[in-house]
Amino acid sequence: MRLELRGITKRFGALVANDHIDLVVEPGEIHCLLGENGAGKSTLMNVLYGLYDADEGEILLDGEVQDFEGPGDAMNAGIGMVHQHFMLVPVFSVAENVMLGHETTHGPGILDLSAARETVRSTADRFGFHVDPDAVVEDLPVGVQQRVEIIKALSRDAQVLVFDEPTAVLTPQETDELMAIMRQLKDEGKAIVFITHKLREVREVADRITVVRHGKVVGEADPTAPDNELASLMVGRAVQLTVDKQAARHTDNELAVSHLQVATPNGQVVVDDVSFTVRGGEILVIAGVQGNGQTELTEALIGLHPDARGSILLDGSELRGRSVRKVLDAGVGFVPEDRSTDGLVGEFSIAENLILDRTDGAPFVRAGSLQLGLRDEFAREKVDEFDVRTTGIDLPVGRLSGGNQQKVVLAREMSRELRLLVAAQPTRGVDVGSIEFIHQRIVETRDAGIPVIVVSTELDEAVALADRIMVMYRGRVVGIVPADTPRDVLGLMMAGVAPETEGDAA
Amino acid sequence: MSARPGQDPADSAEQPPADDREPVGTTEPGRAEEIEQEKAREGAADDGETDDRWQEAFRRIISGGWAVALGAILLAVIAGSLMIIVTDEAVQEAAGYFFSRPGDTFAAVGEAVGGAYSALFQGAVYNFRADTFAAGIRPLTQTLNNATPLIAAGLGVAIAFRAGLLNIGGQGQMLMSATAAGWVGFGVTGLPFPLHLILALVAGILAGALWAGIAGLLKARTGAHEVIVTIMLNYVALYLLSYFLATPGLMQAPGSANPKTPPTPESAQLPPLLGERYTLHWGFVLALVAVAVVWWILNRSAVGFSYRAVGENPRAARVAGIDVSRSTVSVMLVAGALVGLAGVTQVLGTVTTGFGSDIDAGIGFDAITVALLGNSNPLGVLGAGILFGAFKAGGSAMQAAEGIPIEIVLVVQSLIVLFIAAPPLVRAIFRLPQPGSAPKKKRSKAARKEVSA
Repeated sequence: MRLELRGITKRFGALVANDHIDLVVEPGEIHCLLGENGAGKSTLMNVLYGLYDADEGEILLDGEVQDFEGPGDAMNAGIGMVHQHFMLVPVFSVAENVMLGHETTHGPGILDLSAARETVRSTADRFGFHVDPDAVVEDLPVGVQQRVEIIKALSRDAQVLVFDEPTAVLTPQETDELMAIMRQLKDEGKAIVFITHKLREVREVADRITVVRHGKVVGEADPTAPDNELASLMVGRAVQLTVDKQAARHTDNELAVSHLQVATPNGQVVVDDVSFTVRGGEILVIAGVQGNGQTELTEALIGLHPDARGSILLDGSELRGRSVRKVLDAGVGFVPEDRSTDGLVGEFSIAENLILDRTDGAPFVRAGSLQLGLRDEFAREKVDEFDVRTTGIDLPVGRLSGGNQQKVVLAREMSRELRLLVAAQPTRGVDVGSIEFIHQRIVETRDAGIPVIVVSTELDEAVALADRIMVMYRGRVVGIVPADTPRDVLGLMMAGVAPETEGDAA
Repeated sequence: MSARPGQDPADSAEQPPADDREPVGTTEPGRAEEIEQEKAREGAADDGETDDRWQEAFRRIISGGWAVALGAILLAVIAGSLMIIVTDEAVQEAAGYFFSRPGDTFAAVGEAVGGAYSALFQGAVYNFRADTFAAGIRPLTQTLNNATPLIAAGLGVAIAFRAGLLNIGGQGQMLMSATAAGWVGFGVTGLPFPLHLILALVAGILAGALWAGIAGLLKARTGAHEVIVTIMLNYVALYLLSYFLATPGLMQAPGSANPKTPPTPESAQLPPLLGERYTLHWGFVLALVAVAVVWWILNRSAVGFSYRAVGENPRAARVAGIDVSRSTVSVMLVAGALVGLAGVTQVLGTVTTGFGSDIDAGIGFDAITVALLGNSNPLGVLGAGILFGAFKAGGSAMQAAEGIPIEIVLVVQSLIVLFIAAPPLVRAIFRLPQPGSAPKKKRSKAARKEVSA
């Protein structure tokens, strides 16, 4: 099925989110929609899926103009969407989720589950993976849940498949597997729209690339175009993909973690006997596929796992067992992995979020009373310093884009006197322009002689930022290696294979 | 400028200058995407966690906004008028010959509705039939007297709401505070006036705080849901007080077989505010002070900041070093103290002749509606408390003067809260803007349907 969007325009008040966008996706083609966060990619797809009414323009399928009142119409017309955040009922089984919305029955209202099971099995077989139709969705790994979404779309005979940032939640292996599935779908003649802002993925699978910026199509590119060309199309300027930094100059400050162990409440050990040191003036990147204990490790450093065992010595004083408050007071800056749930209070203003961890005393609190004038002055200063793009410091932080939200978190954490910075996934869901800025600030912190820990699942980021890379696998440290370690070695380490030259590494 | 990585000079040259800092420009399309993502996230989370859905629902209710509150009051009054019309005998009679003389029906309708609300007004604010101003203003003082415990208890519910806790335990907290204040009142003798009063006040407020604190502590330590705990503590308090009242030597008035306490001695009474001729007592001033204190706590104090942070996003609060457990316990103590103030003003001010186990008079639950109508905002609670106090005062006057059942007033009160709980409905009826209607097609569509329906 051939999908054509003609002159799609969508306005939100004075703002034009999509400005006369034209897009053609042929059957048997993977068409990448590339653009920064906020460029209008998702808005466009929501128009396509019937979630928004376009103000102008039309959607054509095989040359026929469509009028979608809602996602139901779009699905019936053969459009399937794999959302970034899965639209699955967690407590339902795979088969139940797949049949949800177009349940077939036999007899008086009895669900035909066996048919749905069969659909799941046959689709999974076709693509060479295994999904248990009776598994409960919430028990499945994220990658498998995504496959359920794909099966769901295919079970409704979708001819046009839209993948909205599908790799954001996937591990590198899962990403590769998804790419394989996408290629297979393409070979079956489906038209595929692949929304992403990750250049490498684009180059790997795309047949055609359309770059969107500020709601407009700014150009088409060939998949063989060099990275920096694509990136500059996306952001409209030359982007530096590498991090500019001098050689590490070590200081006497030091974080020494030894034999750290964290277990979940049900006894599963998620951080297993982890030991490492970070010296002042260096960045240690903790790399690894997500879910291998990095999250819990950083949480334990900040005091969020009171039951953790082992020792965390910062400049010789023990942090383990201290409350979060005391750890922060010891000079630890923490950028949490998920800024919207752990880093910010969405309804609070930027100014309020900037002092979220400063409610324990001077200068922002005197005699139990907030010093609003001081707070606002501070907020204006930080908004300026960290280039937070906002209409004002009173804007609820939830209304900012991801990159600007992250800058608020960073501004808050870097405004205290630091003796250690822990940044977990500091650039996840952040646009390219902000990534560069955030990397700069992290490097500046390092150059100020402060030990820095960065958790990243993106190998590019790890290699660019790190002085040393520590790879974790299943809660354990596979090895600590220099940043110039070849990628294939790092890749193997992420799969749990210790480097052969371990002796000189740690 | 050059330090900013957002733009290089070449780029800003080819773009309109507005794009340079693009405050709304680029954030908004991202926002639209993020709303969708949020929606997806919410959808995913809600299916698994009913607790969150509860809190989300309440959060939405309490952020209803002023326009909605006014609209809800107006709608409820209109609905009340319809009920008055339908139940009024004169209207029914005139409607019997509507087609021969329709004017009679309309006259009867006007008389019934006008009479009812004028009686309500005269019973609640100013009685025009009184000879002197001093007598005429008496209804207003009664209104403020009624409002006193509603405001105090409403604040107690509102501050807990803001910290993400649903304090349904107003009844129990009031009963325990009344018990403590009453017991200090008639049980302790020989103390002079202000000292005795202060002691009784403090005892009552502390009792309310501790009673709510139990719920806070259980929530913080064990994760027990505060709704269940506070409701159950209501029963515990009720039957505990009933037992005290029925047991001679504990709280029962000596020489009486009734489950009722002895009267509160004058040395422990809140003195009248405007002289003996009015019922209004100093409790109202205490309620006003409480409004100011809660306003300061929520808007200016560090502890209130942490309450609100915990209420909006407990995980982020925890990561920012805020002790969520401690906040939970302390906000419940404050909430209980405020509800306790309501109990204390009842026993030491309004009902000084001895009280039974119905001393809470449903105020613990009315406080929830007051907090909702007041948008969980101290000044809003003040207004809502006075409004409901007026309904209470005017309702009985309306019944006496016009023979309109007081239940109508209660229905109007309930309808107000019902409309408050459904802001999109009120917004649609009054064509107020729906929040976020621009980016969310679905919602605006639903609203359009409601309007056309």
